[in-house]
Amino acid sequence: MIVAKRKPFDELKEMIKPYKKVLNVGCGTCVSVCLAGGEKEVAVLNAELDMARKLDDNPIELGAVTLERQCDQEYLAELDDMIGDYDAVVSMACGVGIQFLAERFPEKPVFPGVDTTGLAVNQDVGFYEERCRSCGACVLGMTGGICPVTMCAKGLYNGPCGGTNKGKCEISQDQPCAWFQIHERLSKQGRLDLIMGYKEPVEWLDQVPRMTIQPGYKKPEEEKA
Amino acid sequence: MSTEGNGYKSGSNLEKVLAAGEFAFTGELGPPRGCNAEEVRHKASFLKGNVDSVNITDNQTAVVRMASWAACLLLIQEGLEPNFQMVCRDRNRLAMQADILGAYAHGVRNMLCLSGDHQMFGDHPQAKGVFDIDSMQLIRMVKTMRDEGKFLAGDELDGVPKMFIGAAANPFADPFEWRVHRLAKKVDAGVDFIQTQCIYNMEKFREWIRQANDMGLTEKAYILAGVTPMKSVGMAKYMKNRVPGMDVPDAIIERLQGAGKGKVADEGIKIAVEQIEEFKEMKGVHGVHLMAIEWEHKVPEIAELAKVLPRPQIK
Ligand code: SF4
Ligand code: SF4
Repeated sequence: MIVAKRKPFDELKEMIKPYKKVLNVGCGTCVSVCLAGGEKEVAVLNAELDMARKLDDNPIELGAVTLERQCDQEYLAELDDMIGDYDAVVSMACGVGIQFLAERFPEKPVFPGVDTTGLAVNQDVGFYEERCRSCGACVLGMTGGICPVTMCAKGLYNGPCGGTNKGKCEISQDQPCAWFQIHERLSKQGRLDLIMGYKEPVEWLDQVPRMTIQPGYKKPEEEKA
Repeated sequence: MSTEGNGYKSGSNLEKVLAAGEFAFTGELGPPRGCNAEEVRHKASFLKGNVDSVNITDNQTAVVRMASWAACLLLIQEGLEPNFQMVCRDRNRLAMQADILGAYAHGVRNMLCLSGDHQMFGDHPQAKGVFDIDSMQLIRMVKTMRDEGKFLAGDELDGVPKMFIGAAANPFADPFEWRVHRLAKKVDAGVDFIQTQCIYNMEKFREWIRQANDMGLTEKAYILAGVTPMKSVGMAKYMKNRVPGMDVPDAIIERLQGAGKGKVADEGIKIAVEQIEEFKEMKGVHGVHLMAIEWEHKVPEIAELAKVLPRPQIK
């Protein structure tokens, strides 16, 4: 899922300082699961903001709503009738959702309530680890299911580097060396031949905004391209 | 292979020494943290005549210094042959190729292709690491430029950089059995010579080179064994515990500790000289790369003691 964490409170408070009526919009999908921006987190943030603004002698009126998803216009439409009542919006969705919300209401100032941190797995309650940088050309088949782009600190395709240290990455004793792990896993599977050969430079696909249209949903003239 | 018809890939002094079957001896110089050209000349003066080629580090340990290629030019002016180190951390493939062309145009003939230490170790830990291509791909890119006269993307070059291509190897990192395959991959990518990580664990190194000999790799690339004399017990402990990928056996530390007050540095040099003597006789080792870090003024003494002087002059 997409993982995020709430922005530092002071930063958030500062961003919306000039606004008196603010709608806080949560998202019921990824950020809800990762405990950053769902219904509960919206309520907590609003309570904190309410209290802080009272103490600052700058009271604020806060609305709260949590949509199923903010990365889908169908759900954002639920805001159409209420948005007019507010001077500004805080979105606690991931960066994608925040942008889509801002796009639907271009007149409204929209502020991020969270910092989006990546595509991550759930390791434990409240503990998430990044696993994918959405490079667009997955090589997990070659690397035993361990992502060299994300899990190797240098994103090497012909790893490991000279800094690999007793199974750990040179950046930290707490960070396993991805290439050590790749070697270990492929070795156990008897598939080391996959990484014996030279791997050509990557054709980076993430250097421009990307569009994805699933087969069957393309217009006939695009189908050929 | 060479357009000059002399049979050399690059015609660098280092290549000539190695091709002649001489035991190569290379040095290292770290550029200053500023534009102090005098400092480069001063350090170079200790290396001149004592080594075949001098590695110029590239923002070593991710700390910003004078550009490697620029310090290379200073060395050329001083009559030394540089070995231009290039890391993948700070440049994308456009900048790398541009620097290779520029350096070659100014007389640089050797290159060492490296990944580079992660930026979080350096003086700008917030920097964005580039790593557009990795060291393996850099080797192949320089080779393609040299042997095919083409850019990475395939366009023809107007003037071809004939570089002697080097890379690093760490014989000690885990898993050990994978190390020699890493070397094989670098040979496959097109490397001409290897300079290894500083060697302290001789036993492990002997095993690594034996494996490399068995796989025929030492016939395809020249191997220069990395030597760094220990200046102090503190340095030995630091290398052992803090430098990733470094293998310092306790016996080395104990030997330094046993040297007695004021004699540790001499003992360190003695160990290095013994190592060099052994490398001279070791099958598959073609030379030594001496990394006397911030100890350049000791190089003449070490070269003398290791009996690698005078350096061969190959026409
Ligand atoms: S290679 Fe890594 S970054 Fe690329 S798609 Fe696969 S998991 Fe994601
Ligand atoms: S130590 Fe391993 S994970 Fe870390 S940068 Fe090097 S190859 Fe990548």
